Amino acid sequence: MSVLIYVTHANGVIKKSTFETALYARKVADMLGTADVVAVSLGNVSQAELAALGNYGVTRVLADNSSVFTQFDSAAQTKALANAATATNAQVVVLSHNSAGKAIAPRLSVRLKAGLVTGAIDLPVISGASFTVKKSVFSGKAFANYAIHTPVKIVSVSPNAFPVVKGSGSATVEAWQSGVLGADVKVTVKEVKTMSDKVALPEAELVVSAGRGMKGPENWGMIEELADALGAATACSRPVADVHWRPHHEHVGQTGIAISPNLYIAIGISGAIQHLAGVNSSKVIVVINKDPEAPFFKAADYGIVGDAFEIVPRLIQAVKTFKAQNA
Amino acid sequence: MKMLVCISKTPDTTSKIAFTDNFTRFDTSGVTFIVNPTDEWYALVRAIEVKEQLQTGSVTVINVGPKENESVVIQKALAIGADNAVRIDADAADAFFVASQIAAHAQQEQYDLIFTGKETIDYNGSGIGGMLAELLDMPYLSLANHMVIDAAGSATITREIEGGVEVVTVNKPFVISAQKGMAEQRIPNMRGIMSARTKPVKVIAPVSVDTYTSIVNYQLPPARTEVKLIDPENPETLIKLLHEEAKVI
Ligand SMILES: Cc1cc2nc3c(=O)[nH]c(=O)nc-3n(C[C@H](O)[C@H](O)[C@H](O)COP(=O)(O)OP(=O)(O)OC[C@H]3O[C@@H](n4cnc5c(N)ncnc54)[C@H](O)[C@@H]3O)c2cc1C
Ligand SMILES: Nc1ncnc2c1ncn2[C@@H]1O[C@H](COP(=O)(O)O)[C@@H](O)[C@H]1O
Repeated sequence: MSVLIYVTHANGVIKKSTFETALYARKVADMLGTADVVAVSLGNVSQAELAALGNYGVTRVLADNSSVFTQFDSAAQTKALANAATATNAQVVVLSHNSAGKAIAPRLSVRLKAGLVTGAIDLPVISGASFTVKKSVFSGKAFANYAIHTPVKIVSVSPNAFPVVKGSGSATVEAWQSGVLGADVKVTVKEVKTMSDKVALPEAELVVSAGRGMKGPENWGMIEELADALGAATACSRPVADVHWRPHHEHVGQTGIAISPNLYIAIGISGAIQHLAGVNSSKVIVVINKDPEAPFFKAADYGIVGDAFEIVPRLIQAVKTFKAQNA
Repeated sequence: MKMLVCISKTPDTTSKIAFTDNFTRFDTSGVTFIVNPTDEWYALVRAIEVKEQLQTGSVTVINVGPKENESVVIQKALAIGADNAVRIDADAADAFFVASQIAAHAQQEQYDLIFTGKETIDYNGSGIGGMLAELLDMPYLSLANHMVIDAAGSATITREIEGGVEVVTVNKPFVISAQKGMAEQRIPNMRGIMSARTKPVKVIAPVSVDTYTSIVNYQLPPARTEVKLIDPENPETLIKLLHEEAKVI
């Protein structure tokens, strides 16, 4: 019996989402009275990096470092995970509801005949044979509790919904053959473009976001400076991305990406319902807007009514002073 | 290129969300329904563009849902430019149920490309495309924001990955989930609306499949406490509160 997780890594460096799923899986395993949390690692990740997953509750790692996994193909990844699930008699598989998880989890659900709930925001409630999982629905305007009826269950957890706390321990790493062959890979990756120097927005704990109130792309310098001072990622409202003031991958909201950072600072954004849909599960929201009637203030924890062009430079100063004092 | 576009019906983005029957049912009273935005704006429009560009092929839209969906979502898709429609006459019980219905139809029709939206804005599953791909044993290109394809069915696709994008190549048949960037929204014109009425809508009985999940009940999020306003002259106060009270920095 096991609870299985999937290791997300970029060039051998394990992503934070993996630690979140490991901690989640550990708690699920404890609830089920299952000792083993097994991580499946596909592609080249160092032995040391994998063993360190023990710090997050993983007991065993099945590592297939075959070069077929240098290409991401959801079908091949699914086949490997399904084989691992069968080999370890997995009761629950936990993935992250990130782009890799969205590609793999639904396929795995079909392959294992296992019910799937995507974007879980809490641990499951397990009582006897009943297994329910809570997720956000209606773009953050409500929650739903889903029951999974199949013997094997798959849960993908919402990024940032679970704080990562590093414990101690070491996982046993086993070289393993997933059974995936070159012929299983039908997709060829030509190019990967990532902003490697920055925190990826979906994973960021702190986010500084700005909207049309900034007047033009030339004024984003202060937004980036504030983000840098805080160690935050930057985001924007949709019209700002639509007119190319900012890149599309920064667009948050109903039609952009949904994020749930610990802190979301919205500057010169009105707070339209479609914008809120992507950010309303942030833990703390700060709004800076010159219009005291801006709808965003109703969704905010802290607010400053005033001109961003005066407030942001002061805020940058305040953050720098704070950082210097707390360094 | 023979193309299938999966379209779902969702509450309008500004709908008030409420529940009845002791929080077990979504309250549809007063709710306006629309075609799920990513399905309409990106998946459907891109499929129509591919047909226009290759000057051959067909675009079929499919919906798993009750009769009323014909007027709410199917007519709109036909007015935008789909050639014909299929409705599977069943309530969309869960993702696996819906995917199985679409897969059963797709298996018979042998489509070259199957489009879905990135996710529905009501249940936010992002699951049906991947399930379809597995049921049909096809590649799945999730979260795609760009696609070019030639007449032979060889495609180059840009898709979202963690913190960036990747460019991949793949050959038909495949399943693709579309998001922003794939196409621009099209507003149906009068001619489109008129001709939609004459386009065929085929109604199919569902195949029998088990559901894997069900919704037990809903909850509304706790109301946020009143916003705490901070003096614009003293932003240090904000930093102090974020550190000491909210404990997020
Ligand atoms: C189906 C649909 C989907 C959508 N999806 C999204 C989505 O995913 N994401 C999204 O963001 N939007 C989305 N929108 C658009 C959304 O409705 C709003 O139009 C948009 O969010 C507004 O962007 P904004 O707040 O930047 O601009 P505006 O609404 O123009 O607001 C600008 C704000 O800046 C303030 N301001 C101006 N000058 C200053 C200053 N000097 N200092 C401080 N504040 C200032 C103003 O008071 C105002 O509140 C969608 C719309 C539809 C219909
Ligand atoms: N009832 C349905 N009928 C047809 N297609 C659907 C239905 N529900 C969802 N889809 C498609 O599947 C995509 C993903 O839906 P979901 O997995 O529910 O987020 C949607 O964007 C649609 O393209």
